[in-house]
Amino acid sequence: MTLEAEVWNDITPIPQDDGPDPLAPIAYNPEYAKAMGYFRAVAQKDERSERALDLTEQIIEHNPAHYTIWRYRQQILFFLNKNLYEELDFVDEQIKYNPKNYQLWHHRQIIVEKLMDVSRELPFINNVLNDDAKNYHAWTYRQWVIKTFNLWEGELEFIDKYLDKDVRNNSAWNQRYFAIFFNPNKPTDDFLAQEINYVIEKIKLAPNNISPWNYIKGVIAKSDKDIDILEGLCKEVEEQKIISPHALGCLVDIHESRARNGSATDKAEGIKICITLAEKHDTIRKNYWEYRKVTLASI
Amino acid sequence: MTTEKQTPLLVDLHVKYIQSLDTKKDDLEYWLTEHLRLSGVYWGLTALDLLNNVDALKKEDVVKYVISCQHDNGSLSGFGGHVGHDPHLLYTLYSVQILVIEDSLDAVNVDKIVEYVASLQDHATGAFRGDEWGEIDTRFSYGALSCLSLLKRLDAVNVSKAVEFIMLCKNFDGGFGSSPGAESHAGQIFCCVGALAIVNSLHLVDADLLGWWLCERQLKNGGLNGRPEKLEDVCYSWWVLSALSILGRLHWINKEKLIEFVLAAQDPEGGGIADRPGDMVDVFHTLFGIAGLSLLGYPGLKLVDPVYCLPKHVVQRIGLAERYHV
Repeated sequence: MTLEAEVWNDITPIPQDDGPDPLAPIAYNPEYAKAMGYFRAVAQKDERSERALDLTEQIIEHNPAHYTIWRYRQQILFFLNKNLYEELDFVDEQIKYNPKNYQLWHHRQIIVEKLMDVSRELPFINNVLNDDAKNYHAWTYRQWVIKTFNLWEGELEFIDKYLDKDVRNNSAWNQRYFAIFFNPNKPTDDFLAQEINYVIEKIKLAPNNISPWNYIKGVIAKSDKDIDILEGLCKEVEEQKIISPHALGCLVDIHESRARNGSATDKAEGIKICITLAEKHDTIRKNYWEYRKVTLASI
Repeated sequence: MTTEKQTPLLVDLHVKYIQSLDTKKDDLEYWLTEHLRLSGVYWGLTALDLLNNVDALKKEDVVKYVISCQHDNGSLSGFGGHVGHDPHLLYTLYSVQILVIEDSLDAVNVDKIVEYVASLQDHATGAFRGDEWGEIDTRFSYGALSCLSLLKRLDAVNVSKAVEFIMLCKNFDGGFGSSPGAESHAGQIFCCVGALAIVNSLHLVDADLLGWWLCERQLKNGGLNGRPEKLEDVCYSWWVLSALSILGRLHWINKEKLIEFVLAAQDPEGGGIADRPGDMVDVFHTLFGIAGLSLLGYPGLKLVDPVYCLPKHVVQRIGLAERYHV
């Protein structure tokens, strides 16, 4: 797209005002500067026309983070009653180049709220996640889509695929928590017991992966189970001669909880593990393990 | 700790680098980051103050520029990211921060700013939008509460509702995300912990659990990442460290290793700090690298306030230091 002179002959572009300095010559991209000049002029008179819409497209292609342009574009789209499915096409295209642009994701949401048609959203999100399985915007938008259009079914199976590909994907673990605990259908204790077993199997695949360790403690806190049930897993990791600070840390949690119930052996055992972690297996976080040790000792 | 000699903080080069930012008008980058011009002034000015060089940018010019970004449109009188850009909460916060550094709040109509920020609160949820049409995000909860606190006008919004929303964004791992259910992220955690500190609600944070999550962000090379299994980045020297500092657990990370990592990300020729060693520098990472070093007690730097991300002497001058505690 170029800026055809005859389309714009009634508009005097407003040049960039950068304050007291004389306007500096722009060495690169005169097209962008020209488009911005026209934008300032049409925005000033709030012109909502086809040519203004084209102009926003041109500016967005150069600079999608220019948030003022997006708002203007939405006003024009709605005023001209444009086909919003074509706007989804536009976003489909733009997201390929700017998958982490806040404005683009929010724009998508505004368009979909107007359309109240979700049919294209999950495939759209999946495309983005195929390129970057940890894209924060994509997962957050996915949560909005699921909540707004009640698409809870099948979400756990969807997440399974991501964890099968990369068991270290923290975004996918978080989404699991969302799919289970934000779902209006509350999970049963049986379901949570199964979930805990599922996570235990995943931890065995990579015992040094922090995400499922955090997650399983979150699930246990919501279930009728106690952290004790992870003792077998921690021992199993140990027996395989795998040094996992997370498994050792989990043992510290278990011993601490038993020490609080009066067990002196657990208190001593917990302190011993804290010392190993501080001095040998997780020295970079020495002070944290010292703190855990002191906490245990004071029980 | 290594024994080999590391490059010290290159104070003079960083000052020159920040001063040069506004003269690069031949670069396309300068024009494409127009919407970040005001943010750039905040990042640069704060860094300069921490480097004991706040006068390297002329106060009169800075204040004049900030004022030129304010809109005069009833309840929409916030600040845009640059002259002629729409008002937005983030730029309104940056403007107030700059004006507080320059001790020039009297140059603007504070009531108008308060009205603008208050208009962005969603009454049903207590959350804040970034601008009048924009998205909801805990970044904006921080932006609003920080801004109003600096203006001593927290009374203008529903603080308990604001806290309620932030707590909905607390996750099973002790961290916070951008919205209820969203993944914990160090940047969002800074915003939520900072906001809670401002309104004296830190008792709602599980400091041990979150402190563990935060110190777990340190990687073998000393750098910090923002989420598990992601790359380290100098900006998390701020987002992670400030939250740890507010929670009184800064010593849970290895300071020497982190200092080494930040110093290695300096550009020894042109000045400035990059996201990680060997990358291109920018003013955003320059500030957060320097602010992180300040929290770590690096010699020769002014102290930074972990809640407001402003030099501590500035926060003390307006009487807000030490009013939050764990």
